[in-house]
Amino acid sequence: MFELLGVPPQALFGQVLLGLINGSFYAILSLGLAVIFGLLNIINFAHGAQYMMGAFVAWMCLNYLGVNYWAALLIAPIAVGATGIVIERVFLARIAKYDHLYGLLLTFGLALIIQGLFRNYYGSSGLPYGIPPQLTGGQNLGFMFLPTYRGWVVVASLVVCLATWFVIEKTKLGSYLRAATENPTLTQAFGINVPLLVTLTYGFGVALAAFAGVLAAPIYAVNPNMGADLIIVVFAVVVIGGMGSIMGAIVTGFSLGLIEGLTKVFYPEASSTVIFIIMVLVLLVKPAGLFGRAA
Amino acid sequence: MTDLASSDTQSAATVAETDDSAARLHRNLFIAIAVLLVVAPFVAYPVFVMKVLCFALFALAFNLLLGYGGLLSFGHAAYFGMASYVSAYTAKQWGLTPELAILLGTAVAAVLGLVFGALAIRRQGIYFAMITLALAQMAFFFSLQTPRFTGGEDGIQAVPRGKFLGLISLADDRALYWLVAAIFMGGLLLIYRIIHSPFGQVCKAIRDNEPRAISLGYRASQYKLAVFVLSAGLAGLAGATKAIVFQLASLTDVYWTMSGEVVLMTLVGGLGTVFGPIVGAAVIVAMQNYLAGLGSWVLVVQGVIFVACVLLFREGIVGVIAKWIKKPL
Repeated sequence: MFELLGVPPQALFGQVLLGLINGSFYAILSLGLAVIFGLLNIINFAHGAQYMMGAFVAWMCLNYLGVNYWAALLIAPIAVGATGIVIERVFLARIAKYDHLYGLLLTFGLALIIQGLFRNYYGSSGLPYGIPPQLTGGQNLGFMFLPTYRGWVVVASLVVCLATWFVIEKTKLGSYLRAATENPTLTQAFGINVPLLVTLTYGFGVALAAFAGVLAAPIYAVNPNMGADLIIVVFAVVVIGGMGSIMGAIVTGFSLGLIEGLTKVFYPEASSTVIFIIMVLVLLVKPAGLFGRAA
Repeated sequence: MTDLASSDTQSAATVAETDDSAARLHRNLFIAIAVLLVVAPFVAYPVFVMKVLCFALFALAFNLLLGYGGLLSFGHAAYFGMASYVSAYTAKQWGLTPELAILLGTAVAAVLGLVFGALAIRRQGIYFAMITLALAQMAFFFSLQTPRFTGGEDGIQAVPRGKFLGLISLADDRALYWLVAAIFMGGLLLIYRIIHSPFGQVCKAIRDNEPRAISLGYRASQYKLAVFVLSAGLAGLAGATKAIVFQLASLTDVYWTMSGEVVLMTLVGGLGTVFGPIVGAAVIVAMQNYLAGLGSWVLVVQGVIFVACVLLFREGIVGVIAKWIKKPL
């Protein structure tokens, strides 16, 4: 067996794949945060909790209703997105006129509530969720073994990310959205229902988080705490990328996952902090973020 | 970010005419607090009061940054927690006397604040909050991965309370209480002094209108950094003292939930009020004591309070009272 840079290729590519999977979650979650931030000007602290909810809805679908993974992939984003719409209408719309940091505090409170409730009913030990039968097993690619499910996660995330980018940048609906982001008052004056757009945008961002949660369910155990630490890493990703650009969020998410995976191979001690260290470097060199517009 | 401290700015117009009466009121409040501090250990459980005092100082430090610097840090656990580790470690392993351990912890927190603050003030608003949170998470991972220093999951337990100045044993709760009360009062007076100093006035000006303050010739980022370091150092003072009181430093102190708690305390008490964080800390610590048996429901209750405060009660307890009596508190 040959070695690459002193590391067996199996381990190297295995970690690269794992990095890409984490990167998929970073990309989807930071994309959702960016979309929400664009229109609502708030940072959705509950994003991690909503990602966790997505995983739990998938688990509940399977264990209470006997609904399989593929249906859950559709049901969970819709169900969790609907709770997002309620949250926007009941809470966020009321505080929109105050300082945007109140939105952060409010969604932080919501995250605590959601996480606490799930921890009460399901404990914090984690529940298993099997890989759907169509995606078990794997392919031997010669240089590495590729578990089918992991490959699917990367492909599915990439497709969802690019579809989101396409809708926002290339369609009429997306142009309304971009107009409302740029100047909500003027957009409203042109007869576009901006409050509705805001509600739907929040719902959509939340649905993206739930989708990531369903994808994550078979890889990580379904756990009430699964989103709590992840969201902080995603915040760092968002700081690195800047929230000005949809494509920027996608590219930053995937590449940071990759870098994290490589760090796990070459210097495992730093793997949990490498993204924060990159954030520090970016702040020093390009404070507005890699894809950000200067504030 | 002016809105976050609206209770303070609204009252700004009335400050001039009520300046004297407000100053008199504040002096009387300080006397009342001092009397309360003297009476408290005889009517309440001293360890509980010390816990309240440590968290009140922590919240005061946090509020100095948010209420008067206009900077929402979501990572104050880093300074609280790291100072707590340093003071616990040096008291236990190096055998430092408690006051030296606390001072060292405070100094480390201030240095950490200097580094993190210099990075975080490069961005504003929501980004600032996210950066401080991410940096604090880095401090958490550092603590998790250096068990030789932090004791990992176990934390540093059985920290000796030692002898104050090498003379007076602090093993007795009452004896320790006076040290903690003195630290708290010193911290409170220092913060009051900072807020009402010319430096504090400039900080408020930058909070309310940064471009204008810059155009008047103030170096906004230096003021922001200075108030950040002061806030981090005082948060460290609270954390270091807490480690000596409970003889324990653990990962809880440096985790993001701790950052959230201090935000909650300040929010409940009243953002941008001098005395609000003390009330908020007392309310939240008392609540945690009563609800301790409920397990993760505490998290839910805290979340509900967060949401309720933001929706209905943005001024906080002291903020509402201040509005009522039309004097800044």
